[in-house]
Amino acid sequence: MKNLQKEPIPAISTEEKPGRKMIEIIGLKKGFNNQEVLKDISLQLFSGENLVVLGKSGSGKSVLIQCIIRLLVPDAGSIEVLGSDVNSLNKNELDELRRKIGFLFQSGALYDSMTVKQNLEFPLRRIRKHLTEKEIKEKVNEVLENVGLADALNKMPSQLSGGMRKRISLARTIVIDPSIMLYDEPTTGLDPVTSDEISALINEVQKKYKTSSIIITHDIECAKATADRIMMLQDGEVYLEGKVKDFENSTDPIIKSFFK
Amino acid sequence: MKNLHPVIKIRSFATGKSVKISEKAIEKTQLATEFFSDIGNMAIFIKQIVKETFSRDFEFKEFLRQCYEIGNKSLPLIAITGAIMGVVLTIQSRPALEDFGAVTMLPGMVAISIIREIGPVITALILAGKIGSGMGAELGSMKVSEQIDAMEVSATNPMRYLVVTRVLAATFMVPILVLFADALGLFGSWVGVNIKGDVSLVLFLSQAFSSVEFIDFFPALVKSFFFGSVIGIVGCYKGYNAGRGTESVGVAANSAVVLSSLLVIVVDLIAVQITDMIL
Repeated sequence: MKNLQKEPIPAISTEEKPGRKMIEIIGLKKGFNNQEVLKDISLQLFSGENLVVLGKSGSGKSVLIQCIIRLLVPDAGSIEVLGSDVNSLNKNELDELRRKIGFLFQSGALYDSMTVKQNLEFPLRRIRKHLTEKEIKEKVNEVLENVGLADALNKMPSQLSGGMRKRISLARTIVIDPSIMLYDEPTTGLDPVTSDEISALINEVQKKYKTSSIIITHDIECAKATADRIMMLQDGEVYLEGKVKDFENSTDPIIKSFFK
Repeated sequence: MKNLHPVIKIRSFATGKSVKISEKAIEKTQLATEFFSDIGNMAIFIKQIVKETFSRDFEFKEFLRQCYEIGNKSLPLIAITGAIMGVVLTIQSRPALEDFGAVTMLPGMVAISIIREIGPVITALILAGKIGSGMGAELGSMKVSEQIDAMEVSATNPMRYLVVTRVLAATFMVPILVLFADALGLFGSWVGVNIKGDVSLVLFLSQAFSSVEFIDFFPALVKSFFFGSVIGIVGCYKGYNAGRGTESVGVAANSAVVLSSLLVIVVDLIAVQITDMIL
């Protein structure tokens, strides 16, 4: 962490931690074309908490969660997810781990050639192979109702608005009952009202599905609404870590520029 | 003589001395490197396709869907092209045969031309444009919009689901479409013959097939499988390896068409040489 003008924030005590470690990253480094994007990042995600990773565009937030799910391979450091060292897993073990993680992409990443129903069934049929047709149908209807879009079942992604796409995308990730959720800029490109709805939905998912989440964002309102804990990245390093209140009360100019 | 291209100084690894190299030379070296690394990457891509083709969880439903997309949706285009190809070939050949008084050989000659060469090659080139660009653009846009990543994180092998199914569907559908184009080409030829004459379809076909043997038909069918594979592999390779920006989608589609068309001609050349040596 940089030793700038920030106020000393006490480390989080063990009593405050909600539970066991779901993710532990130590000394993560990642660069592209001789440019270091992440420089020695360490973080822990505990069971049942929402950790918001905050930072301006280009600070390496998305790279961080892509390393967690091994869409990118880090240059150095260790990443442990649910007790498994992500970088040493073989293909089958990695697939097994990925089945326990939901990843909400910035763009939604809904499959264009499939209807909403087929989008939701796609991971379900591959990950929960033991489910019967009736159970699949029930599960799809349940998650659609949970995101408030029960009537969108037979629509194509091109017929959905930005907010609806995000909701369906969220439904697709929770349909497999993940224990960890990774949100990549969940409110980017949405109007303030829809952003608030998505933030509320993230909290609902946390409560209902008992997920532990990392939320990557530069949207302060979303961070305030969803965070149990915030970690701020600046130039590829952890700049500050603490509660929302700690950030709001900070006199550090960089933090104040976010929390105006 | 004065060097027209700008030069830069670099230190030689071998001698440790500074040497002058023109920027043009460096640019050409980079292009050559890209070309050879592209060939290497494509070889790895093909190896992965072969490996995933024989994996346990074959995506049969998606394979059938792709067969429908490639086969059924290409039928109108192939039908029109095949029929026109037959009419044009007949009209163009007639004057030359008339000069030798050999108009009766017209059905046989057109049939051999269509079945051995023109049918497979023209069909493959048209499909390289239709299927190749479609695959390049579709997979390219899936890459740009993170759909391929989404598939990967939901523990689905995108290579198996997206690439293997498309390549196999193209491999099996192109020969079928070639046969369809051949049939329509012969029908078009009959129409062409009847523009200046009066020949029944039965007589035309019996004349046409009396000149055609199994060895005319079989190599053409075999090379059609290779045409299908080439179109599928190139289309998927270009789309799957598209860059992240939206312009990459256009580049992927365009280069898929150009490269697969070129490779269809190269495969045809090799097939003709092999056929010539064997038969």
